Amino acid sequence: MTAVEAPVEAPPVVRREPRRWQGPAAFAAVALLALVVAPLLLEPFRLGLLAKYLCYAIVALGIGLAWGQGGMLTLGQGVFFGLGGYAMGMYLKLHDAGGDLPDFMVWSGVEKLPALWTPFGNPVFALAMAVAVPVVVALLLGALVFRQRVRGAYFAILTQALAAALVILLVGQQGLTGGTNGLTNFFDFFGQDLAADETQRGLYLTVAVVLGVLYLGARQLVRSRFGRLLLAVRDGEDRVRFLGYNPATVKTLTFAVSAGMAGIAGALFVPVVGIISPALLGVVPSLELVVGVAVGGRFALAGAILGAVVMGYARTYFSEELPAAWLYLQGALFVLVMTLAPRGIAGLAAGLVRRRREAGT
Amino acid sequence: MRNSLWRTGAVIALSTVTLAACAGQSGKSDTSASSGGGNTIKVGILHSLSGTMAISEVTVRDAELLAIDEINAAGGVLGKKLEPVVEDGASDWPTFAEKATKLIAQDKVATVFGGWTSASRKAMLPVFEKRKALLWYPVQYEGLESSPYIFYTGATTNQQIVPGLDYLKEKGKKKLFLVGSDYVFPRTANKIIKAYAAANGMEVLGEEYTPLGHTEYSTLVNKITEAKPDAVFNTLNGDSNVAFFKQLKSAGVSAEQMPVMSVSVAEEEVKGIGVDNVAGQLVAWNYYQTTDTPANQKFVAAFKAKYGADKVTSDPMEAGYNAVYLWAEAAKKAGSTDVEAVKKAAGGVSLDRPEGKVTIDGDNQHVYKTARIGVVQPDGQIKEVWNSGEPIKPDPYLKTYSWAGGLV
Amino acid sequence: MEGVLNQLPIGLSIGAVLLLIALGLTFTFGQMGVINMAHGEFIMAGAYTAFLLQSVGFLVALPAAFVVAGLMGLVLERTLIRRFYGRPLDTLLLTWGVSLMLQQLARDLFGAPNVQVVSPAWLRGGLGILPYNRLFIMALAVLSVLAIWAYMHRTGQGRRMRAVMQNRRLAATSGIDTGRVDQRTFFIGSGLAGVAGVALTLIGPVGPTLGTYYIVDAFLVVVAGGLGQLRGAVLAAIGLGLLNSYAEFWSDASLAKVIVFVAIIGFLQIRPQGLFFVRSRALT
Repeated sequence: MTAVEAPVEAPPVVRREPRRWQGPAAFAAVALLALVVAPLLLEPFRLGLLAKYLCYAIVALGIGLAWGQGGMLTLGQGVFFGLGGYAMGMYLKLHDAGGDLPDFMVWSGVEKLPALWTPFGNPVFALAMAVAVPVVVALLLGALVFRQRVRGAYFAILTQALAAALVILLVGQQGLTGGTNGLTNFFDFFGQDLAADETQRGLYLTVAVVLGVLYLGARQLVRSRFGRLLLAVRDGEDRVRFLGYNPATVKTLTFAVSAGMAGIAGALFVPVVGIISPALLGVVPSLELVVGVAVGGRFALAGAILGAVVMGYARTYFSEELPAAWLYLQGALFVLVMTLAPRGIAGLAAGLVRRRREAGT
Repeated sequence: MRNSLWRTGAVIALSTVTLAACAGQSGKSDTSASSGGGNTIKVGILHSLSGTMAISEVTVRDAELLAIDEINAAGGVLGKKLEPVVEDGASDWPTFAEKATKLIAQDKVATVFGGWTSASRKAMLPVFEKRKALLWYPVQYEGLESSPYIFYTGATTNQQIVPGLDYLKEKGKKKLFLVGSDYVFPRTANKIIKAYAAANGMEVLGEEYTPLGHTEYSTLVNKITEAKPDAVFNTLNGDSNVAFFKQLKSAGVSAEQMPVMSVSVAEEEVKGIGVDNVAGQLVAWNYYQTTDTPANQKFVAAFKAKYGADKVTSDPMEAGYNAVYLWAEAAKKAGSTDVEAVKKAAGGVSLDRPEGKVTIDGDNQHVYKTARIGVVQPDGQIKEVWNSGEPIKPDPYLKTYSWAGGLV
Repeated sequence: MEGVLNQLPIGLSIGAVLLLIALGLTFTFGQMGVINMAHGEFIMAGAYTAFLLQSVGFLVALPAAFVVAGLMGLVLERTLIRRFYGRPLDTLLLTWGVSLMLQQLARDLFGAPNVQVVSPAWLRGGLGILPYNRLFIMALAVLSVLAIWAYMHRTGQGRRMRAVMQNRRLAATSGIDTGRVDQRTFFIGSGLAGVAGVALTLIGPVGPTLGTYYIVDAFLVVVAGGLGQLRGAVLAAIGLGLLNSYAEFWSDASLAKVIVFVAIIGFLQIRPQGLFFVRSRALT
């Protein structure tokens, strides 16, 4: 089999002295828009929706890192999102119960708080677990599959099966996880009433800031030596191996970082939306996230974020206006993007800019 | 990086467009909300119109819209016409919560009719409780719940599961095998069945769950035939029922030797399973299309006239249809659509509906309903073979059943 | 004890279902590296063909479904997938988009509820624990495998197909029209999905979401069996069928799925390329 595993050609990495003010200025403009203009302009309900999209954007950022930069198509990112979400959900549930059993355990016939739950009463532990568990799972899975040089489609299918398996596991352990219902009905978030508009605005700002920080971090990572190695692994894994590096380590670490981001996103998602359930982390939501990244532009980290927000918004818009057409539109969108604009919106924009420049000079 | 300019530029452009669109949209809805305060009363309808649950929920939406039409034709409520605002829950529980918030906060509806799965109700419950708004939930469910902001017009366990068990006991079926989809309703139902069996000298030979959407039942059928129960109690949901009944039938297990009592198979599902696979099996509900009441003849005729002669009516549809009438009646009695006033007036509201007399129990906001056991007929309809005689008082926590003491 | 013994034929019959749904994929995925997420919808198309032709006869539906699903596959290959060779991961997203549209199309054409497909009278009844319809599915799986084997090893077209599978560039240099071979492979692979769809109407629901129930399992069989390997697919399907059958017998259906997944990950640790694979010195 000689099917060359070089997907869409990545944009050439051209080193060119950046105009120093442009990047930071643009970032500042977006930050201003997100942190000041949006909260002023949007009513609380719409702001909450935007906060939800930004949570997905954090996952998308991780996918952009693993897939766009590292060539690992992960179709199970919902798993890590879910693990982070459940960690946070468990804390909130215990906090609300105030020493009693959480409500769903009562109707599931559980009489004593399971040992797994006990430490999650501590918010610091819960937050740490929201990141640590996804990272550890990703490290384990990555170490197993990448060491064996399982890659490309195999990896994609395995992560997809992982998502399917986790959903079944979560649904089956109703007394421990709330089953299909998931965890819901939270009241209090670190002393704030979750229903209050003020709390929701605060949460929105938190999500936006976390996204900004993670974006800057991911950008640094991509520009570092490690990032160049990652690109090299994506474009020619064997060559990197011949140069004396271990591609498995590079891939595993990157996969773990992207999993950690998804975990953080999950932990933020729970107070914002007020629910975490198996339906949010199965095969389909995981795929939808990847498609968002493809639409935005997988090779640009900002493109991944943009894609997640655009897809989230499109989904809300169409489900309010034309619910029956949504599947057609979603399907057609993938087909169009994959055939006509495999580098997504970011790629289209790049093409425009390049053409204009060439015309100008 | 030379790309940062266009990248960030694109981000700014798109987020501006998105924000503008969001703002524009919310502005639009605001104006329509204020116009809603004039001559109409807005009511929300929130069911899955897309995704796996759409099959079932669309029919309930249709029944609710029919009720709204009929009420409007008769002059509306408090002199105003009802204006439905329909939203799609998309078979996704968080979406239900999101759309419920939209209906309450943005459209400012007087009440919402919606939900099907327990998971969607659980996801919406905090929204309605925090915002002190009303939800009318039209599907039989697992009980153990009584939210002050939800009215339950479907059966709770003592109006469906317990009568189903009474019937099996009466027929001398002592050994049961429990089959269910892996989610809250079947697990809670089976807990109740086991408690009932223990107290009534019946024996539960096996209890098996399969994931939602499971289609491979040969192993399960083998387990059942090996256990040799007198009857199977089936709480499978959706497409799994098709696979289960097809494979049970082809394994040569007949309804005569080992009947299956189902609580999630109604007229609509019988068509998809294939009548030849399910004819002769038992079902437990509160309403069938064949239920013989004057109100039902009107309901079935009106539904067919509006949506087509080949349409069937089923229990959840009827419960949704009732919900609209019950709310309208309570609002008339209260003289207002204010949530607290409607809640206070709702207790004791009683109407003759297609399933017979229904009365709202003011204490737990459930409804008195008549239990009916039916047998699937070769023509796809369901024939009633037993009923409870009078409406059963709803008891979501089974407090009046001594054998259920250890359940809650 | 009788139950334990019964699980053996049950496992084999589950394996036959897995083999039927995965057989087409071993070719489209194995030869062309195309991850066709719309394979499940081709199965659905086969099932709806059986629904439409049930007055004509069940056996007529088999070749008809082969042609219907095969043509759908051919159209997909010619219009879209052709542009994506060498980009396997992109085909995954592309065909997922196609599968969403096909599901909605089925919903618009046939309605959202499941439709009723009546099993032919001669398939009612059974032999021991296995009903006739299960035996029929097993026979169909065996026949399909034999037919494919004969095609690949006894015809010129099949020889060219194997040549492309083993080394696409060398085959092209030797004068084989790889585009033609790809079209044929896709037609046959998709057609087999249609046949599987007809068989599945005997045991499962027939509705717009039918394909989604089987697609992940089908890919797992291919991954465990090795790309483009007929004997790999056969052994993997039977192995997974038996594992599924006994795991469910001794635990429950939910746990059985998780056990199967863990087993596949473990297996890939020992044989990262599946049971059988084409040895190649090519760098990837």
